[in-house]
Amino acid sequence: MSKTLIETEEIAKEFSGVRVLDDISVEIEKGEIFGIIGENGAGKSTFIKILNGIYEQTEGKVVFEGDEISMDPFTAQQVGISTIPQEFNLIDHLNVYENIFLGQEQQKNRLLLDKGKMRQRTKELMEDLQTDVPPDARIGDLSVAQKQMVEIAKAVAYESKLLIMDEPTTVLTRNEIQVLFSLMERLTERGVTIIYISHKLREVKEICDRVMILRDGEFISLDRTDQLTEHEMANRMVGRELNQMFPELTEPGDEKALEVKNLSNRNLLQDISFDLRRGEILGFAGLVGAGRTELAETIIGLRSKISGKIIVNGEEKEIKRPRDAVDNGLAYLPEDRQATGILTDFDLPSNVTLISLSKYIRWLLIDHGKEKKQTRRYIEEFNIRTPSIDAKLETLSGGNQQKVSLVKSLDTEPNIFIFDEPTRGIDVQAKMDIFNFINELVRSGIAVVFISSELEEIIGMCNRVAVMREGEITGILSGDEISEEKIMYHATGLEERAV
Amino acid sequence: MKEQSYLYKVRQGVRNLQYEKYGPLIALVVLIIVSSFASPYFLKVRNITNVLRQVSYTGIIALGMTFVIIAGGIDLSVGSMTALVGGIVIILINHFGGGLLAIMIAVLAGVLMGMAAGAFNGLVITKGKVAPFIVTLGTWGMFRSLTLYISGAGEFRSTSRIYPQLGMGYFLRIPIPVWIMIGLAIIYSIILNHTRFGRYVCAVGSNERVAAYSAIDVQKIKFFTYMMVGLNVAITSVLLSSRLNSINPTTAGSGFELDAIAAVIIGGTMLSGGSGSIFGTLIGAIILGIVSNMLNLLGVSPYLQGTVRGLVIIGAVLIQRQRG
Repeated sequence: MSKTLIETEEIAKEFSGVRVLDDISVEIEKGEIFGIIGENGAGKSTFIKILNGIYEQTEGKVVFEGDEISMDPFTAQQVGISTIPQEFNLIDHLNVYENIFLGQEQQKNRLLLDKGKMRQRTKELMEDLQTDVPPDARIGDLSVAQKQMVEIAKAVAYESKLLIMDEPTTVLTRNEIQVLFSLMERLTERGVTIIYISHKLREVKEICDRVMILRDGEFISLDRTDQLTEHEMANRMVGRELNQMFPELTEPGDEKALEVKNLSNRNLLQDISFDLRRGEILGFAGLVGAGRTELAETIIGLRSKISGKIIVNGEEKEIKRPRDAVDNGLAYLPEDRQATGILTDFDLPSNVTLISLSKYIRWLLIDHGKEKKQTRRYIEEFNIRTPSIDAKLETLSGGNQQKVSLVKSLDTEPNIFIFDEPTRGIDVQAKMDIFNFINELVRSGIAVVFISSELEEIIGMCNRVAVMREGEITGILSGDEISEEKIMYHATGLEERAV
Repeated sequence: MKEQSYLYKVRQGVRNLQYEKYGPLIALVVLIIVSSFASPYFLKVRNITNVLRQVSYTGIIALGMTFVIIAGGIDLSVGSMTALVGGIVIILINHFGGGLLAIMIAVLAGVLMGMAAGAFNGLVITKGKVAPFIVTLGTWGMFRSLTLYISGAGEFRSTSRIYPQLGMGYFLRIPIPVWIMIGLAIIYSIILNHTRFGRYVCAVGSNERVAAYSAIDVQKIKFFTYMMVGLNVAITSVLLSSRLNSINPTTAGSGFELDAIAAVIIGGTMLSGGSGSIFGTLIGAIILGIVSNMLNLLGVSPYLQGTVRGLVIIGAVLIQRQRG
């Protein structure tokens, strides 16, 4: 029996004459975890979309278990190729087990759905994943991380030979990632092959056997991960020497920009108090569901509070609606840019000025020229890559969409900027751009709240770190106290066992 | 070979046309050309002005409906609302003696009534968080029933001699209602494309959550779109009641909701919201008017008109689907 599961021979893909993937030849072995890394636009997604039959290659061939195969999505499913997509493919109105068995419902008496069996199987799958998502929960009520677990369970339920994971860990916490990794190892022991795409080089090094690096559609290298450092990976991805990921920390000022006192809401938040100085970056760490996003949304008036004070620049402010927050110099970059950050069917200027539109009004009418002028400045300043200024946002890559989302909040000229998972799903270069941008903000005296599930980012970027657990702040760390162990201790309430 | 390349260019040109923008206009032009061949009466000035006048009643409502639909809503109550407001305007005119002052008071009251009725829809939809389809289906029934109740099942008949001049009158040989429709279309187009309100309406329809996160008062914007429709319904009520100098409580405005929604969709505005065009709606209303007119001129049974209009609407949506 051959060791190779799937093989590509000089496959290439062109879109209207532009070569986005150039002569890639690799052999992926049975039971291995095969990593693919590269910046946005490097061709990773195109590559896997050829493997799972969404795209047809322009040149070359795909050989699956020794046979050349003309792949389409149906064939892919037939031969046992499943993909966990970057964007969720779940139906909000249905519950967990209905989603998992969507399209292959179990029946009894050939007529009625066997709900009991599907529930039972879902429960087993979830136990396998060590998640406590109940089979009857509505998808719409789940957190992003829980939805991710459902996606993974769905793929596992299909008994795949090849499992393609596109950025599966972006929304997961460290614990959840560890659960996922041990599940991946168990799957490979059963002979399942996994293709793993990620921006997180440390994870790639940890879990993958081999890693292929792509850049601008071209094959750069394929090595065993134990023969490559993270630094080497990053350099090969970008094609030049990367020096430092995080800009140097700056010394915050003395004046308090924001004070939150004894804030509680009806749902999760209990007695939250913290303060934030001008020019300071205060990180918020915690597990998914700890209430960090809820806190941010309560501060800016998207959710109502039942008690507590919000003091901006020494004055107590009544913030009841998002507009009040904007008027008081607070800006918020939401965590889910597709759902809450940008209007994908609007062009750049209308997105950029959406919050700050009153600045562009003359005699009751929108000054379109001024909108465009300002947008052009931002495009240049933030190196936003777009086909044209009138392009709809859906045509931009994730990183560039994120920059537009950021610029949109920035255009309100805030004094306090709350970032919620600002680097989710974007490539190394765009991440560094955003870190540098945040650094420039604090240098100009703006106070920053930095919510992230990436401990590395939190540790690298923040002056102080507040850790939340179940709606409460369990610790505020500063200086040398900021370490992974301390953060995890406060986030979980347990001494972290060796992970 | 040369011919082929010429054909190719034409094909490319046709393919590159921005259908979203010009599709309804092209359809209108084609319809006018076909109609003028099909019936010699079609291009007569008298016929054209009649078509435009007929179009203006639902056309004016459709202009307001465009905002509602762009913001992701729908209003089914406009037809019944037309009858209710029209009936009350006539009662008021009679009550105040039928003079110019009486008409002014009645029209003003009618406008306020229409806006209040729209505000009622808007309030239940935004505060009560009930689906617009349900709310306006309810008020569709309510407004019609109230009209019948107030009328005591008889017709509302105005005793004023000067009131009909508004709806019957001409300015520069074009009926006054047509001027009003065109004027409103220009104003609304500016509101939609060049004001903060217009931008926010599109944002709310495009993605309500993004709009809310962008500090837009989503509920207020929605509320105002329903009030706008109410205002437009009131204008139509006045024009319609003054043309007939009466309002039939059973039939007045019936089916207006379908024609107005159809005009919006034929004009290229997506039912899913987010963007749309006022001039598209205007063209959509005229297309519907010409289709009816042609069916009349060609002697097609009036009972079949609904079928043809239905097909036009479904066809327009199918074309939209393909573009998307």
